[in-house]
Amino acid sequence: MATLETRGLKRHYGKIAAVDGIDLTTAEGELLAILGPSGSGKSTLMRMVAGLERPSGGDILLDGRSVVGVPARKRNVAMVFQSYALYPHMSVYDNIVFPLKSYKVPRERWKAKVDWAAGVLGITHLLDRRPGRLSGGESQRVALARALVRDPEMFIFDEPLSALDAQVRHTARAELRDLQKRTNVTCLYVTHDQVEAMGLGDRVAVMKDGHVRQVGEPANLYFEPADLFVASFIGTPPMNLLEREAETLGIRAEHFRLVGEDQPAGDEDEARFRIRLDQLEFLGAEWLAYGHEERGSEETRVIVRFSQDEGATVTPGRVYEFAVPRRHIKAFDKQTGLRSRAGRSQQPQD
Amino acid sequence: MTALPSRFWGRLGFYILLLLLSLFVLVPGIWMVLTIFKRSSDLYNAQVDPFLYHPSPTLKHLVYLFTQSPFLTFALNSLIIGVCVVAITLLVAVPAAYALARLTGRWGRDSGMALFLVYLIPPTLLFIPLYQLVTALGLANTIWSLVLVYPTIAIPFCSWLLLGFFKSIPATLDEAAMIDGNSRFGAFRKVALPQALPGIAACVVFAFSLQLSNYIYAATFVTSTGAMTVSFGVPTEMIRGDVFFWQALMGANAVVAIPLTIAYGLLFNRLVMGFQSAEGG
Amino acid sequence: MQEGLPGAPPRAEAPTSAIVDRERALGWLMLSPALLYIVAFVGVPFVLAILLAFSNATVGNPTSFHFVGFANFARILQQPQFLISLRNSATVTLGTLVVLVVLATITSELLARDFRGKRLVQIVLMLPWAMPVSLAAINWLWLLDSQFSPIDWIFRQLHVLGPGGLFGPSMHFYYLGRTDLALASVIMVYVWRMLPLATIIVLAGRLSIPRERFEQAEIDGAGFMRVLFRITVPALMPVLVVALLFTGLLVIGDMATVDLLTRGGPGDSTQVLPYWAYLTGIQGGDLSAGAAVALFLLPVLLAISIVVLRYAYRSEDA
Repeated sequence: MATLETRGLKRHYGKIAAVDGIDLTTAEGELLAILGPSGSGKSTLMRMVAGLERPSGGDILLDGRSVVGVPARKRNVAMVFQSYALYPHMSVYDNIVFPLKSYKVPRERWKAKVDWAAGVLGITHLLDRRPGRLSGGESQRVALARALVRDPEMFIFDEPLSALDAQVRHTARAELRDLQKRTNVTCLYVTHDQVEAMGLGDRVAVMKDGHVRQVGEPANLYFEPADLFVASFIGTPPMNLLEREAETLGIRAEHFRLVGEDQPAGDEDEARFRIRLDQLEFLGAEWLAYGHEERGSEETRVIVRFSQDEGATVTPGRVYEFAVPRRHIKAFDKQTGLRSRAGRSQQPQD
Repeated sequence: MTALPSRFWGRLGFYILLLLLSLFVLVPGIWMVLTIFKRSSDLYNAQVDPFLYHPSPTLKHLVYLFTQSPFLTFALNSLIIGVCVVAITLLVAVPAAYALARLTGRWGRDSGMALFLVYLIPPTLLFIPLYQLVTALGLANTIWSLVLVYPTIAIPFCSWLLLGFFKSIPATLDEAAMIDGNSRFGAFRKVALPQALPGIAACVVFAFSLQLSNYIYAATFVTSTGAMTVSFGVPTEMIRGDVFFWQALMGANAVVAIPLTIAYGLLFNRLVMGFQSAEGG
Repeated sequence: MQEGLPGAPPRAEAPTSAIVDRERALGWLMLSPALLYIVAFVGVPFVLAILLAFSNATVGNPTSFHFVGFANFARILQQPQFLISLRNSATVTLGTLVVLVVLATITSELLARDFRGKRLVQIVLMLPWAMPVSLAAINWLWLLDSQFSPIDWIFRQLHVLGPGGLFGPSMHFYYLGRTDLALASVIMVYVWRMLPLATIIVLAGRLSIPRERFEQAEIDGAGFMRVLFRITVPALMPVLVVALLFTGLLVIGDMATVDLLTRGGPGDSTQVLPYWAYLTGIQGGDLSAGAAVALFLLPVLLAISIVVLRYAYRSEDA
C-alpha cells in the first residue's frame, strides 16, 4: 500500500500562499486526518495530492516515486468528495462500474467487483437506482463503493460526513473507521471538525495558514499541543488560555481541582488559581462551568469541568480556588505562540 | 409551477388572455392554410366571406407547388444546409463552451455577455465582404457558400447557452471522473456532455431556425435557382413582378412551418431548461 | 483483499503529460475552432467592410480600393434618407421591444402555470419562430393586403369599416399603404415573430424565481397585480435585459421584413438602416456607400450594449 510523502510542498496564487512548505509522511495503512479551519490550505493540499492541482513548489511522492506532473488518473488515488459527486445521469451500478471502465478492467470482472464493493457497503439493493433518489447516507455509501471498487493505493476523503444529519453522522463515522481498518488502505481524511479528526485519525495534522502546526497522535495533540493555535483548536471545550506577563498558560477544563477552604496552601507540584464561576451547564454525565479568572483589572474567560457529584455542590457567582498539577499547565511564548522550552510556570500571582 | 388563479374571475381572465394570445399567434397561420386551397376566382373576390370556400377548395396549387415550381429543390437545399450547419455549429460551440466554463479560468467563465458582442456586427455590414470571400473561394452560387458562413450566426449564441449550461454542472463531477481514471477530455465526453443534452437540444433548434430564416446571405451569395434556399427562393420564384402566387406561397410556407412548429413545440420545455441554465450562471 | 486491478498503472511508470492533461493547452485547443471561425468569417470581413466604407468600390468595380477618406460618410449624412432611416430603425426597434416586453411577460406568466392543453399552446406559440422571416413577411403581406385582407372583412362585418362604420366610409384600412399604419404594421410583424423567443427567455427567468417568494407575498396579502409588479418584474430584470438585447439585435439588423412587406414604403416611411444599406449597395451599385450606411449602426449598437453589459454585470454582483 502507498506511503504518501510531501516535501516542502507549496501552492501560490499570485502573492497568496495557500500552502507554504508542507512536509508530511504517512505510514502504510494509517488514517491521517488533516485538520484545519477554512482557509488553512487543507483542501489545496488534498487536491495537489489527488492530482487536481499542480504545486508551485516542492514534491509529492506516492510510494516513493514523484508524482508532480502526473495526472490524477495515473496516480491510483481514490477520492470521496464532500458532495459525493455521483454521476446523475447514471444508475448506482454504472457509477460504481465507471472507474473500472475507465481503467479498462476486463468486462468479465465488472459484476464481481461491483457486487463485492456494494456488499461491503451494504448497498446491493440500490444498484438500479439513480443518484437523485438516494438519501444522504446512501449517497455517501455509493461514493465509498465507487472509491473502493478500484482497489486504490490511497483514499482521500474530503469532509465526507459534513453533508449528513447529526444522527447519521455518528454511525457513519464508526462505519468509516471499520471500513478503513478492514481494507487497510492508507487514508487522508480532510476535515474542519476536530471531533471527527480526533476520533478517526491514527494521527492528526493540524494546519493553519498553509502550514502544518503539529502532527501527532490525537492524545499527543491533546496533551502536548505545540502552539497556541493547536491548543485552542483541539478539544471540546477548548483549552483555557490564561495570560501572564511573559507567557500564556494553557490548562484543560478537566484539570482544575476544586480546593476546599480548609485545605493546605498546596505543594510545589501544583499551582493555584482563583476563578469566579458565573454559569453552570448540566450535561448529564458532567457539568460545565463558565467563569472568569480575575487578575488585577483583567478578566479571562475560563471553562471548568466538574464531575456529576461535585458540580452539584458549586454555586454560581462565587469565587473558588482551584489547584492544577504543574504537568498539566502548558506554557506558550506570547510572541511566537509556540510551546516554551521551560515547562515550569510560575506562581499565578506573578 | 405557480397555481392557477383560484377565484372564478381570475381563472376566466386567465383563459381569455390565453385565448387572445393564441389567436394573435395563430391568425396568420389560419389565413395561410385557408389560402392554400382557394381557387383564384375565390381568392380575388373581396365581397364574399374569406373564411369559406366559394366554390369548393382545390389541391391544384399544392400540386403546382410540388411539381412545377422549384420548391422541392429549395426545401432540399435548406434541409441539407441546415443539417450541415447544425453539425458544424455543435462541433465548434460545444467544446468552446466547455473550454470557457472549465479550462480558461475566471475570464472564460465570465465571458458570457461578451459573446454577444459578435452580434453587434450586423449581417448587412458583412454580406459584401463575405460575398467577395465566398467568390474568391469559388463557392459563390452553391449551397456550400451558405454552409460555410451560416454557422457564424449561431455559434456565439450557442456558446453562450452552453457556457451557462456547463457552468451549472458542478466542477467536482469532472474531477471525480478524472480521479476515476479519465483525462480531462474523457471527463468532458463521459460526464459533462451527457448532462448538457437539453442545452444541446436547444442549440439544435436555434441553429436550425436561425439559418433557415436568414435572408440576406441567401439573397447575395446564390443567384441561380438550383441552389437557392427556401428563405430566398420562395419569394423570388413565386413573385413575378406584381403577381403573387399566393396559394403556392402559402403552401410553401405551410410545408416548412407546420412540421417545424410541431417539432419546436414538442421541445419547448427543453428550450426553456436550456435558457434557465444559461441565465442562472 | 482483492488483487490489484489489471489496468492499474505499473509502479515504475515515469510521469507523462499527454496534451489533454495540460488543461490550459486543451482549453485553447477546444476553443480554437470557434475563435477561428469568428475571426475568419466575422472579424476579417468586418475589417474589410470598414475598408470598403472608406473606398470607392462599386458593383461594377468591386475591388477598387481607392481610399476616399470620409467622402462616403459625408455624402450619406447629407441625404435626407439617412436621418429618416435612422429614426425609423430606432422607432421600429424600440416599439417592438416595448410591446414585446409586455407581451412576453404576460405570456410567460400564463405559461408558468399548469393547465389543460398547455402542450398545445406551447406548440402553437412556436409558429412565428418556425416560419422563416421572409415567408412570415409574405404571410402578413397577404393578411394585410389592401384589397383582400380578411381582417378588413371582419371589420366590415362589425361595421367598423364601410359606409356607416366607425372608421368608414372607407372599405379598407390601408395597413401598408398609409405612412402611420405601415410603421405600426412592421412593428406588429416583428412582435409576432419574436414573441416565441422572448417568451422562452423570460419564462426561463420566471421559473427560476423561488416559490417561497410568491408564497411569502401571498401570506402578506398581495394580489395579482402587486405580485406582478413588486416581485415578478424586479426579479425578471436581468432576464428581460437578455431577452431585449437578443431580440433587439435581431430586429435592428433585419432587412428581410421591410424588403418583402413594404419595400421601405410608402415613400420612406418604413425605410430602415439595414435595408437602405442593402438598397444602396446592391441595387444602387455603390458598394462602399452601402458599407458606410451599415457602419452607422455600429456605434449605436455599441453604446447600447455597453450600457446593457454594465447593468448585467452589476446585477450579477448584487
